[in-house]
Amino acid sequence: MKPTRTLWTALRLTLVLTVVLGIGYPLVVTAIGRVAFPAQAAGSLVRDDAGQVRGSALIGQSFLGSDGTPLPQYFQPRPSAAGYDAAASSGSNLGPEDAGLAAAVAQRRADVATFNAVREDQVPPDAVTASGSGLDPHISPQYAAIQVARVAAARGMTEDAVRALVAAHTQGRTLGFLGEPRVNVVTLNLALDG
Amino acid sequence: MGDGALAAANVAALAVVLAAAYRPLGDYLAHVFTSARHTRAEKVLYRAVGVDPEGRQPWPAYLRAVLAFSLAGLALLYLLLRTQHLLPGSLGLPALRPDLAFNTAVSFVANTNWQAYSPEQTVGYAVQAAGLAVQSFLSAAVSLAVAAALIRGLAARGASTTGPATTGPATTGTGTIGNFWVDVTRSTLRVLLPASVVVAVVLLAGGVVQNVAGFTDVTTIAGGTQTIPGGPVASQEAIKMLGTNGGGFFNANSAHPFENPTPWTNLFQVFLLLVIPVCLPRTLGTMVGDQRAGRVLLWTMAALFGLVYVSMTVFELAGAGTVPQLAGAALEGKEQRFGIVGSTLFATATSGTTGGAANSMHGSYTALGGMMLLLNMMMGEVAPGGAGSGAYAILVMVVIAVFLAALLLGRAPVYLGKRIGVRELQLVSVFILIMPTLALGGLAVSLGITPVRAQILAGTGNTGAHGLTEVMYAFVSAAVNNGSAFAGLSANTPWLNTTLGILILLGRFLPIAVVLALAGSFARQEPTTTTATTELPVHRPQFVGLLVALVLFVALPMFLPYLMLGPLAEGVGR
Repeated sequence: MKPTRTLWTALRLTLVLTVVLGIGYPLVVTAIGRVAFPAQAAGSLVRDDAGQVRGSALIGQSFLGSDGTPLPQYFQPRPSAAGYDAAASSGSNLGPEDAGLAAAVAQRRADVATFNAVREDQVPPDAVTASGSGLDPHISPQYAAIQVARVAAARGMTEDAVRALVAAHTQGRTLGFLGEPRVNVVTLNLALDG
Repeated sequence: MGDGALAAANVAALAVVLAAAYRPLGDYLAHVFTSARHTRAEKVLYRAVGVDPEGRQPWPAYLRAVLAFSLAGLALLYLLLRTQHLLPGSLGLPALRPDLAFNTAVSFVANTNWQAYSPEQTVGYAVQAAGLAVQSFLSAAVSLAVAAALIRGLAARGASTTGPATTGPATTGTGTIGNFWVDVTRSTLRVLLPASVVVAVVLLAGGVVQNVAGFTDVTTIAGGTQTIPGGPVASQEAIKMLGTNGGGFFNANSAHPFENPTPWTNLFQVFLLLVIPVCLPRTLGTMVGDQRAGRVLLWTMAALFGLVYVSMTVFELAGAGTVPQLAGAALEGKEQRFGIVGSTLFATATSGTTGGAANSMHGSYTALGGMMLLLNMMMGEVAPGGAGSGAYAILVMVVIAVFLAALLLGRAPVYLGKRIGVRELQLVSVFILIMPTLALGGLAVSLGITPVRAQILAGTGNTGAHGLTEVMYAFVSAAVNNGSAFAGLSANTPWLNTTLGILILLGRFLPIAVVLALAGSFARQEPTTTTATTELPVHRPQFVGLLVALVLFVALPMFLPYLMLGPLAEGVGR
């Protein structure tokens, strides 16, 4: 083939495959999603009792007051490098020797301990580290456990009632070995309000 | 269950599903690359674009077709990125700057998917689906085609005239290595597209989103506001993993809950990254008619993968370093649902496959855990390497190993009946020098020019040794076409976009040119008729050991000084 003919062939093939792969394929998958898995395809949205969409079960939210302090009536999520801005996912990308991150971790440990009235050595690692996405909806069962008393007090509920709700929103390892045990803060807090 | 047992259970589950896929997928790929029949759709396509599917190409023609096809993809993608503001479904986003558009287009066409931008803030649905996802398919198809050509060269036997004209065993003497247009079309339409549809539906079931809803503003539970993104994510995620591309729909890539929502989708994504590279040895075995040849490659890949996974996991679980010690575990940059074990498994797979995806932030790994990521790339992406590119990279190492061992033992340097002569040796020597030269040369030039160095260092998210590691990681990742990052580095600058773009281009197409020349060289050879006693045995465990050692011996002397300045300086003694 002459060089120019090779180029034209390449261009024509690319264009045809762009139509198939770039338009046909995503539309087919979108159609399948809409029919077979409408809830997941739309983003696993969660609604309150009034039917209003209040977020996604997969995307973490911040539970801070207007002054930026954590609200005691809600379970608090992990720290987030993205400030739980779902339109700007991000981790901190700070390394293990970063002085600013080290100071922040120490500060978070002290703050979490004070806020929940527990000892600093009771604060688990996920409570003081930011996730990779900045949108992690989960915390460890340990972090949930140290928050139970504070949430119960703020809501005038019994600790057992709060603990039962936590248990209902806790997932273990899939098949016993995949991932880590976790509590979904978004669905748990929505249930507390409901 | 202890962490060690957890890690073992994860690897065992992965091994079981990969083992189940090995024979059927490997043989199916062999069938795709050797079948004489064209489907009706393919015939229509060949006629429409003006390809003679029965034509055979010697290696220079094959290479010209690879280059023309990639150039067309590059031009088209660049155009889409530069005219984004005019395209429908762009969510009101502006066109990309020329340097960023160049870097991004090169990166996706070269199966690297280095992303110097934050996708959800930079590219709309038109560019993602019709540009980036399309090149994720096509670049993977090109890699598969090149791997098929090399295997065909090794498999070429006798002057048979009965084989199918295009894709059957090439006849020796003519030196043809197949038909690029047929290889790339079949890789796309018979392998990647049907597999992606199935994978996308499975991911959808797991919670990966697929819509065209744009951004939705919601009032959060605590009464704030949050903007929930949408998009055709599942369809893009499928080919991102299957084609070892790694170009995420979102900035957080596979750490984002909409890309990778659950622990099982996480293991599934690791499987997707590995499945084609791991099954290609079977394809080699089937096409050359000797399954032992495939198994040797498989065990080598498995040994290197195990080496990286075990050491990285040990380092991350130990959690050395100031921040992990203060926090109680190395969880910075890792998702609660995956934990450390699920994060390092993904990281091992992505750094060993040119995948470049990430389910955890590599830059926040412990110093030595992060070093294993770097080392995995520095080993030349053979554990198990990218879909297609892994097969040809490890076959290059095999050629070197055969020659070395034959020299030591006084046997004939023959692999699968093909003699390894001066020309073959020259080609493989060039191949192994390309990546280190590009990575270290690019790094040296960039840090050698004072204003550029100042600008780069000002853009590192970390100071000291970790900052240097970020920069080093970027250059190695570009040169080896991986695309993952120690993402603290502000890579979206004209200098880095341009130099890394050029490195990605050279790091992609120079090795491909060498591999195709090697394929042509093998294809011309009549198989030797030496007896088994004079040939080197290349099917024994000893040969696997030699291959593993060779991969390390090639990588370490060149890169060790740099590792000492970066991760070792940061991590040793803590």
